[in-house]
Amino acid sequence: MNEDVLLTTFDEKVAAEIKIEPKDWMPADYRKTLIRQISQHAHSEIVGMLPEANWITRAPSLRRKATLLAKVQDEAGHGLYLYCAAETLNITREEMVSQLLSGTAKYSSIFNYPTLSWADMGAIGWLVDGAAIMNQVPLCRASFAPYARAMVRICKEESFHQRQGYEILLALCNGSKEQKAMAQDALNRWWWPSLMMFGPNDDASPHTAQSMKWKIKRFTNDELRQKFVDVCVPQAALLGINIPDPDLKWNEAKGHYDFGEINWDEFWNVVKGNGPCNRERLAARVKAHEEGAWVREAALAYAHKKENNLTGSKLKRAYEPA
Amino acid sequence: MEQSNNLQEQIEMVMHLADNSLIMGHRLSEWTGHGPALEQDIALTNIALDLIGQARLFYQHAAHLLQMQDDKNCLTEDDLAYLRDAPEFKNFLLVELPNNDWGNTILKTFFFSCWQYFYYKSLLNSADEQLVAIAEKSLKEIAYHVRWSSEWVIRLGDGTPESHDKMQHAVWRLWPYTGELTADKPELLECWRQKVIEVFTEATFSTEEKAYMHKGGKQGIHTEHLGYLLAEMQFLQRAYPGCTW
Amino acid sequence: MNIQLRKFFYGDIPEGKEGGATVVQKHEPTIPLWEVFIRSKQGLDHKHAGSLHATDAKMAIENARDVYTRRMEGVSIWVVESKYIHASCPDDAEMLFDPANDKVYRHPTFYDLPDEVKYM
Repeated sequence: MNEDVLLTTFDEKVAAEIKIEPKDWMPADYRKTLIRQISQHAHSEIVGMLPEANWITRAPSLRRKATLLAKVQDEAGHGLYLYCAAETLNITREEMVSQLLSGTAKYSSIFNYPTLSWADMGAIGWLVDGAAIMNQVPLCRASFAPYARAMVRICKEESFHQRQGYEILLALCNGSKEQKAMAQDALNRWWWPSLMMFGPNDDASPHTAQSMKWKIKRFTNDELRQKFVDVCVPQAALLGINIPDPDLKWNEAKGHYDFGEINWDEFWNVVKGNGPCNRERLAARVKAHEEGAWVREAALAYAHKKENNLTGSKLKRAYEPA
Repeated sequence: MEQSNNLQEQIEMVMHLADNSLIMGHRLSEWTGHGPALEQDIALTNIALDLIGQARLFYQHAAHLLQMQDDKNCLTEDDLAYLRDAPEFKNFLLVELPNNDWGNTILKTFFFSCWQYFYYKSLLNSADEQLVAIAEKSLKEIAYHVRWSSEWVIRLGDGTPESHDKMQHAVWRLWPYTGELTADKPELLECWRQKVIEVFTEATFSTEEKAYMHKGGKQGIHTEHLGYLLAEMQFLQRAYPGCTW
Repeated sequence: MNIQLRKFFYGDIPEGKEGGATVVQKHEPTIPLWEVFIRSKQGLDHKHAGSLHATDAKMAIENARDVYTRRMEGVSIWVVESKYIHASCPDDAEMLFDPANDKVYRHPTFYDLPDEVKYM
């Protein structure tokens, strides 16, 4: 079949909401776009473990310690699902990891901000996971099936993350004066970076159209950002802390909140590597990778020694008689 | 009088078990986000979660026993975990030792899990029903920890020359802290040793039979490492006393 | 502001060398990929749950347990190294599957029976 026919068939399938599976024909750009998006999403989950892991050993109660551990562990799981989804597009995890570690691949800039107090665990859960969920729910319907399937699993698991964060803030806001101040300070630092998570304004996002047509993306950056602000305002009010935006006010005519201009200079600076923690985050990943090399090598070497040798092992093949 | 002595002993034992699980779980949780492969990051965090779960059950039980001892004792699991200083902690020295490399952490987990396995089995005969219930629940988790860590000890021991060296070094480092595990319950030593030697044989390395055995954890005389661990773990509770989190 | 954007939304950040530490990459050996199948409840089929990496079968089963059954999703696990999975080719789909389209008589609703006949 010639390329034009294949392309038409592909476009028709996507338009008809028929999912694309890894072995189906797809345009080279579609594949490339997906590899980039899914692997960056995976990297974001993995690097995103670091700012929260920073507080696991200092969690203020055993219950908080357990829930934070479980949450950060889920992020590792989500990174894993996403790497596997990307691998169906003919790229290995090793290649993707090496792109991350060499700095050629990016991850969500939000994780280049530091976690300075316990309240940041609350703010991350509430705002960062909240923004992520807003982005991720539509991705459950992405045209590329392995991505969509991974996202379904992720969204299902992630439902506790945001509640976990909000509950932390609730406890702080109902607590002492110092605790409430801690919560306010966290909101002050995380609010704007959370809004930046949705990416540049639509008029500065020329490729959105193609992604929408391919059904990799369902809503524009600004649509999602607006939805996020609308949801967060009453939640902040319930906590009794203030969103740090003097321009924030209800717009009766639009039926939405108006909000202030995002500091795009800061945004681009963090993307370019000048965020407060860019270097530390990457260095932490490089360190884990390098210090883990001997472990991975040893496990492989051991497996080669024992290859195909199941005798004497308790492990059974699925249909072997007991 | 004898009964109150028994109760005191029982409290000390439950606290010892709680402290072991907490400190071990805390150390393992330091790996979260830094493991050698994503799959292993998840696996070790699971063990950390199991241990912290066990610690909570033991502390809750200890709090209950403390209240039986004296009505005025209204302590929570968090009071016990966050508001005691190092000498009051009665965990084994082994669990508070720093993680060092991944292999060292695996070996530590293996030694500890094997001890837990045989010790908790012996708890099943206890007259304390709550303790039996906790042991039963925990044993399922521990059986998996033993299997998982055994397999990793073998993989690393019998992997590459580099990994073999690192593991043998870890044995040299940790073996002197294993004597304490069975010092008060010598009947467990044989089971524990048998399991360890079985795995070590497959992993192609040897024990450090002549090593001097350190002890003191159960008496509250710890290594220098515990103080730092507690300083970190208890920081918020100490800096903002009396708060709810 | 005149910024040349590639594409940009969550999890898709423009590429570029800025910001990344430069690391010397050793050749990284590939750890095999496995497919995981989970029986969620006694009596049900094993269903494909996802994939993971492991160097041997034991590790694959344990990783599957740790990764895919954290929320009580399973009672039994199968793993198979992905390279051993053979799949039908999408180009053959018409040949393989369309002929079943007109075999409606294989379905029970094809047959008209009076309402009086119960339990059939």
